[in-house]
Amino acid sequence: MAEAMQERRTDYGPPHYEQFLPPIIKENYGKWKYHEVLKPGVMVHVSETDAKLYTVRAASGRLISIDKIRMFCDLADKYCDGYFRFTSRHNVEFLLSKQDNIEPLIADLAKIGHPIGGIGNAITSIVHTQGWVHCHSAATDASGLVKCVMDDLFEYFVETKLPGKLRIALACCLNMCGAVHCSDIAILGVHRRPPRVDHSTLRKMCEIPNVVASCPTAAVRPATVDGNPSVEVLEENCMFCANCYTVCPSMPLNDPLNDGVSIWIGGKVSNARHEPMFSKLAIPFIPNNPPRWPEVTTAIRNLVELWANNARKYERMGEWINRIGWPKFFKMSGIEFQKEHIDDFKHAGLTFKRSTHLTF
Amino acid sequence: MADNLPNTPMLDELEKGKWPSFVKEIKMAAKHGPMAADLLGQLEQSYNEKIGHWKHGGIVGVMGYGGGVIGRYSDLPQKFPNISHFHTMRINQPAGWFYTTKALRSICDIWEKRGSGLTNMHGSTGDIILLGTTTDQLEPTFTDLQGIDFDIGGSGSDLRTPSCCCGMARCEWACYDTMALTYDLTMHYQDELHRPAFPYKFKFKMSGCPNDCVASIARADMSIIGTWRDEIQVDQDAVREYADRGLDIQSDVISNCPSKCMEWDGKELHIDNSFCVRCMHCINVMPKALRPGKDRGATILIGSKAPIIEGAFLSSVLFPFIKIEPPYDMIKDTVDKMWDVWCEEGKNRERIGEFIQRVGLGNFLDAIEIDPVPEMVAHPRENPYVFYEEYYEED
Repeated sequence: MAEAMQERRTDYGPPHYEQFLPPIIKENYGKWKYHEVLKPGVMVHVSETDAKLYTVRAASGRLISIDKIRMFCDLADKYCDGYFRFTSRHNVEFLLSKQDNIEPLIADLAKIGHPIGGIGNAITSIVHTQGWVHCHSAATDASGLVKCVMDDLFEYFVETKLPGKLRIALACCLNMCGAVHCSDIAILGVHRRPPRVDHSTLRKMCEIPNVVASCPTAAVRPATVDGNPSVEVLEENCMFCANCYTVCPSMPLNDPLNDGVSIWIGGKVSNARHEPMFSKLAIPFIPNNPPRWPEVTTAIRNLVELWANNARKYERMGEWINRIGWPKFFKMSGIEFQKEHIDDFKHAGLTFKRSTHLTF
Repeated sequence: MADNLPNTPMLDELEKGKWPSFVKEIKMAAKHGPMAADLLGQLEQSYNEKIGHWKHGGIVGVMGYGGGVIGRYSDLPQKFPNISHFHTMRINQPAGWFYTTKALRSICDIWEKRGSGLTNMHGSTGDIILLGTTTDQLEPTFTDLQGIDFDIGGSGSDLRTPSCCCGMARCEWACYDTMALTYDLTMHYQDELHRPAFPYKFKFKMSGCPNDCVASIARADMSIIGTWRDEIQVDQDAVREYADRGLDIQSDVISNCPSKCMEWDGKELHIDNSFCVRCMHCINVMPKALRPGKDRGATILIGSKAPIIEGAFLSSVLFPFIKIEPPYDMIKDTVDKMWDVWCEEGKNRERIGEFIQRVGLGNFLDAIEIDPVPEMVAHPRENPYVFYEEYYEED
């Protein structure tokens, strides 16, 4: 054992990226001059050395099997000398030095069910979280809802007919491990029932001061229940952040009757034209309706088309709404403006309308 | 397909449609062992009941590491015994997510032997996610990974696996070498990455230009975003070519310029670079004609995060411009000072952005010995309640 421990390596870090770069990239690293989109899902980067690198971007679910990875490897061996990459939004990208290989590769990708697209004025793959597939705090599923939304918006992935880019992200609870809060459209799972305290396990599993301190609205207080130390929840102070549940398993919020989905719009991370923006609440709540979530896919299609039909060229969702104003957006979308749309947490006042700049 | 699959009418609906189906992926993985089939069964039950069936976390890991493995247990272990343990391993991805098929096939072989055969390519933080294995397979999986030189990534209150855009490898807009910096910081901070000792998580994200393809300004505690400080490189012939081919330079480019620093007289594009805010729009629209300047580096911003718990933040400027060159001492010195203050004074589960809001950016700057500059704020304070620390007294 002692010997084995001595041999055991730790902290050696990831393999160096250089060994994974195709020769054409090594030769032209830092020398790329410009790029052109040749057709949806295909672009070429041209180097100062006149070398040309073709990229074919294909859709991929974030959840993939080793069988699929091997299929991608087979295609990369056949067309790309054994190299390929993934993007920050779960797409798979094949890097070709021979233009003639583009169409055969696309045909082979179609055979295994992977369309190409997602470049330019398109909707690309949805960044998302684990959902019911692998998470304890999910208020909705992630992979399934993403599949339904992208099935419905498929035409906008494979074509470039939108005014600008549209980025959709999904997080299945407010923890937002997918950090969806700056997306053109964010789908966010929400809980709406305060935690139900399991007094029989709390004392064993949780540190009461930590649980109390975890609540941003002081809704969790120490309490003695049946002679045992535990906590109580002031339900009217709960805003369903689930931070208490994260620190204490005895405070579950998951509840089929009250969990569901909210839709947020108009965020962006790019600095192009306007500064980065947070997404704002459009639809406070839609119940979970698996396996196809038709109410969610319809709501999102309506938002996409409203923007597509009214925005100016290059205008992102948030830029368009900032130009026309939120009252007009609500009128055009037919979405009812409700109390939930008005912020009531810290710094809420900064979001109130503080001028007479109004349209009628 | 495996023949051991449970009856899943709800999930089977999600095999239909044109978008790639994760249900097909789970079914493919089911031929490598019983885990994926049980996962399918439990997920079908979640679809019927509209609730997840995973227990809350659990502390598991590999020897010598405090993070990188997410413990996961089914709350229906009798019904789905093959996923009673279903832990996730986060594997530190190579910078830029470039692979050889040889390396990926090796990972697949390990995961066929040791786990469910399911992965995420990639997780939100950027890691390769190996989805689902049992506690007794964690250490053997790590041993196998050592054999192919892949190491574990971060989780919990530690440095999370740094990630970056493809940078100079495949982008003409990269204003610094994102992949080199990512690799260097990852190697330099291996201890912080593998042994959680912070108040909460800390993320670095490297984007090569202000388009910010890895969303670093929204989700990194330190966002390192490439920029330039000299003049946009203009090829006037190429600009005219865009115009000749039908681009309306006035409406598509000039009127979208946020700083109104450009003019087009039908022949030449004039840019007053002293007012350009480096937004990238004109360069995005005319990549053959315009390029970022030659004096390149990065803006460093700090403090972004998702809502938990004080609300969502975007990162704000710390250094308006610095050169990004090895050995990156200025970044490392700053990071070390930031971590010292935050680790000493930060509260449990307080991100550094929240910490800065609590103590005040001015005080935080004092503590890390950086002078305030106007680029750090959208505008000076509006509220007159200034916390002066000293006053004069008559002798």
